[in-house]
Amino acid sequence: MNVTQSEFRAAIFDANLPIPEGLTDPDGRPAGKRFSVYRNNVAVSLTEALIAAFPIIHKLLGDAFFRALAGVFLRQYPPTSPLMMFYGTEMPDFLKTFEPVKHLGYLPDIARIELARRHSYHAKDSMPIAPEALQNLPPERLMAARFSLSEAVYVVTSDWPIHAIWRMNTVENAPKPAMQPEAILVTRPELDPVVTGVSLGAARFVTALKGGQTFAEAFEAATTAEAGFDLTPLLGVLITGAAIIQIQEGSHQ
Amino acid sequence: MLDATRHSFDQLPNRPGVGYKPQHFTDIMKDAGPVEWLEIHAENYMGQGGRPHAQLRALSEKFAFSVHGVGLSIGGEKPLDKDHLARLRDLVSWLNPARFSEHLAWSTHDSHFLNDLLPLPYTADTLSRVADHVSEVQDVVGRQMLLENPSSYLAFSESTMAETDFLNDVAERSGCGLLLDVNNVFVSATNQKMNAYAYIDAFPLDKVGEIHLGGHDEDEDDLGAPLLIDSHGAEVVDPVWSLYHYTIAKSGPRPTLIEWDTDVPEWPVLAAEASRAAKILDRLPA
Repeated sequence: MNVTQSEFRAAIFDANLPIPEGLTDPDGRPAGKRFSVYRNNVAVSLTEALIAAFPIIHKLLGDAFFRALAGVFLRQYPPTSPLMMFYGTEMPDFLKTFEPVKHLGYLPDIARIELARRHSYHAKDSMPIAPEALQNLPPERLMAARFSLSEAVYVVTSDWPIHAIWRMNTVENAPKPAMQPEAILVTRPELDPVVTGVSLGAARFVTALKGGQTFAEAFEAATTAEAGFDLTPLLGVLITGAAIIQIQEGSHQ
Repeated sequence: MLDATRHSFDQLPNRPGVGYKPQHFTDIMKDAGPVEWLEIHAENYMGQGGRPHAQLRALSEKFAFSVHGVGLSIGGEKPLDKDHLARLRDLVSWLNPARFSEHLAWSTHDSHFLNDLLPLPYTADTLSRVADHVSEVQDVVGRQMLLENPSSYLAFSESTMAETDFLNDVAERSGCGLLLDVNNVFVSATNQKMNAYAYIDAFPLDKVGEIHLGGHDEDEDDLGAPLLIDSHGAEVVDPVWSLYHYTIAKSGPRPTLIEWDTDVPEWPVLAAEASRAAKILDRLPA
């Protein structure tokens, strides 16, 4: 009796399926619990990978609940690549629709922060510009310039107070979240990603720069999103976050 | 100018190494004790940069490296994942390790990755497939690889060959070397009611370029027979040390890795395991 890898895989993920015939113990009897070792290895290793990827979601939901959720997730979204460092891309969407947590509207966006941090951690190394390069640029040239940002920079915007929720779970004695939309910026000054709360206008500004828009266009987008948008604190965050790696002047790219 | 005190990193020394864990970086850089080389799981270093690569840059100044793939699915029924193979080639050409190895197992099917080393039957068909895959890997990566014996929990009734013959034939056909995991031998022999020493006697030891040692868990099957699980989460047990001693007394000294991948201990615990391997290597007749 030949066992195909399709059959083997199907029985790994679905404990209700029979163990493929042709798998045995040393005396030729059906494999039974011996096959369950593989079922267990796969489920446990993927669950551990998800716990490592989403430590704050794990903390918010508690270990037992998260493991149960992971058991559903890993069957719905088994990895499609051997790069386990990026496993769980579908987690935000999953949290939006998974009935037991659907009412926790902020969870998907917290998961997006965790994905952003992970991608930032593994992103390509780059050399930031010297702060003077920005300060010395005359305003009209600055407005026409485009910025290349480090690949370690990510923006997450939410209808929920995600920065306050993030802080409550990562620093001691953080204040309770107030119900309001919030945004965060992930930067990697050196080797550790840093999550910083930024205004909604600032989030739009960085997203526009990442999309290749000019400084002037990004500023316009930011002030549309947030009347009274103040650029100064954001530039400080970008400089200390080693986020700007090149200033491109001129219309040609 | 040649510096006589600098290690040669083009080959692994016949000394203890450990599976590298980022939490041990500072300890290892300060004083690695008996540990003379490091092994990494290739897939953990396939990001674009950041700390993982920064640590490797620093460590590779001081230690010989072995790159150990865990996700290539060489035993898979389908063709190898070309993208993954290219990532492996890029990592190996960047780090230029002394050794590169992978497993006799499958882990991907129809682009679903199961994150475990799954078993395959030993038949003429699977032998050709595995030998072809190993040859393809060696062509793309541009160097010889070592293929590791698996730990197994069950048998395939369709198998027609002994694992030792299967590994030997793959090596003969593809020109690869072998990685002998002595704990896997002990685990599989117990689970398959075979004699671990007879397995070593049947193993082509002249093809062994590296040895692995690790810990396992103990369980029982449905009928109460011992069922050992290869967990890499504990110390190497005494019977495995004895089997290791027996092996290198026959083969001569080999680069010997301590693997500890789950519930990873503090550095001194891992270093003590490496010391134990060093003592056994030291006692071999010169």
